[in-house]
Amino acid sequence: MRDEWLRSDRLPHIYCAGCGNGTIINCVLEAVDQIGWEMDDTVFVSGIGCSSRAPGYILTDSLHTTHGRALAFATGVKMAKPSLHVVVFTGDGDLSAIGGNHFIHACRRNIDLTVVCMNNYIYGMTGGQGSPTTPIGKTSTTTPYGAEETPFDLAELAVAAGANYVARWTSYHVKRLTQAVIDGMNTPGFSFIEVRCQCPTSYGRRNKYRQPGDFVSYLRDSAILKEQWDRTSHLDEPPQDKFLVGEFVRRSRPVMGVPHEA
Amino acid sequence: MTRLEFMQGNIACAEGALAADCTFFAGYPITPSTEVAEHMAAKLPKRNGCFIQMEDEIASMAAIIGAAWTGVRAMTATSGPGFSLMMENIGYAVMSETPCVLVNVQRGGPSTGQPTMAAQGDMMQVRFGSHGDFSIIALSPSTVQECFELTAKAFNLADQFRCPVFVMADEVIGHMRERITIPDSVPVVRAKPLKDDMLPFAPEEDLIPGFAAFGTGRKIPVTGLTHNEKGYPDSTHPARHDSLVRRLVNKIENARHSIADYEIVNQDAEYVFVCYGSPVRTVQEVVQRAKTPGTGYLKLKIVWPFPEDLLARFPNVKAFIVPELNLGMISREIERHVCVPVISAGKIGGDLHTPDELIAIVEKLRGGGGI
Repeated sequence: MRDEWLRSDRLPHIYCAGCGNGTIINCVLEAVDQIGWEMDDTVFVSGIGCSSRAPGYILTDSLHTTHGRALAFATGVKMAKPSLHVVVFTGDGDLSAIGGNHFIHACRRNIDLTVVCMNNYIYGMTGGQGSPTTPIGKTSTTTPYGAEETPFDLAELAVAAGANYVARWTSYHVKRLTQAVIDGMNTPGFSFIEVRCQCPTSYGRRNKYRQPGDFVSYLRDSAILKEQWDRTSHLDEPPQDKFLVGEFVRRSRPVMGVPHEA
Repeated sequence: MTRLEFMQGNIACAEGALAADCTFFAGYPITPSTEVAEHMAAKLPKRNGCFIQMEDEIASMAAIIGAAWTGVRAMTATSGPGFSLMMENIGYAVMSETPCVLVNVQRGGPSTGQPTMAAQGDMMQVRFGSHGDFSIIALSPSTVQECFELTAKAFNLADQFRCPVFVMADEVIGHMRERITIPDSVPVVRAKPLKDDMLPFAPEEDLIPGFAAFGTGRKIPVTGLTHNEKGYPDSTHPARHDSLVRRLVNKIENARHSIADYEIVNQDAEYVFVCYGSPVRTVQEVVQRAKTPGTGYLKLKIVWPFPEDLLARFPNVKAFIVPELNLGMISREIERHVCVPVISAGKIGGDLHTPDELIAIVEKLRGGGGI
């Protein structure tokens, strides 16, 4: 079924061997397929970066736009024609560095989009520079002595800015991720799904996760289920080398871009 | 029934857009263009259109491109500093062949410069501001009536040529109030549809591909990368890039004589003013005055693509005089095309030229006072 959604004449794709993006595209297409959206009514939008090449492999109308601006383009599509389903693929640098302002305002407007952020902690396409999510101490071509800046927690940022649905999973949690995308698509308003994923080539190579399997194991072992953490821990935040996964918020604040009922 | 109104130039731009069936406006407030956005904010919701105030000008340009791909007529309005921010996505609109309209009510620059004063300092930025080679269409109103007419026309040109089209007004025109005639309807020329057997970026004979909106089943991949006729990225083949970019330039440049919109007065004149926007009004006063015989003018309602053949319409010309609210942007373009002297009468600071200033230039030339 999912194969129908792919542009087979575009293959082979540009992703490196072991990249997590293929897994995430697979989960999103599974979600779209399960939810029953039609190809003619679905638009994929992206900015610039590895993640942002995803719409080019999907057989729908799509906009591969400028760096960081995907949400602004998507806002135009959705507001001009609310009957279209709009899914945005973005990366950590695309979304939260150059696109940070668009991100918080799209959350604030709570516009009816589903945003999937492939967070690989780094700028992969330009060769491995540090991003706003590179963890402290990790190396990249622009943080050769270890990153010093505190990274963004993208999911918490989306919650604070007003999104109606926010979840975080990893490329290891494929079933939970697929369900989260479905839940996000089913929630009116802005849905944000952060997916932490492996980049063996640019990030792993410099940070001891050269093997994709090792990287995925690291993601699995660093993830703490949010519900479990909330139930058992007396701390506000997990340790610096761990992160929470799960559903962060599901609510029904006022939204924009939802088709009017006939 | 046409109706007469007393209206501000910025409002007339908005009314022209509404008459042309613009149903989407995204913008960010900036003096002296803000009234365009305010009027659209008041009018569009009542027409089932959409007004959205974005977080900045970059987002505004992005949003109208996204909207345009759903098949609606989309517009933004800004002024100098905002225009600079939009350059990135203006290039995207060129590369992706997205029809959209941008009103730039120009103010003094560089930088934040003079927010409430008129200028025409963005005339080269509109032509060359985004990176790479491209060609665009830019109109320049000199009356409130033309704010209405040229904004409406801009939408037709944008659809016809599948490119961003610019209404390069200035603060004087934007904030001036005049009597205008609003017709019942304006001509509407929409983009030619993408034929069933055509690829989405395959040009027809006029070098322009047909257009199909999102949601109509054509599954079009749109990208700012150099792409093939399917829309697929193909950015490392020199010949692909060359043929795509040459086509984007030539689809407009080859049609520049048919795009041209102008007025010529006193074709036999020896001293010919070439003007656009607010300075047209001073030139008209100068040429009408009996004490400046031998003068005429070429008024450009469309500045880009530059209609250079019009300069040959003045057989007796001894010099072209170019009063503009910058230090000689379009005068240099004219110099490229003629063999007679071109006198740049650039003026910045916000004041218009006075008739006496322009008459003095003519008198000096006539008296053999040199150039």
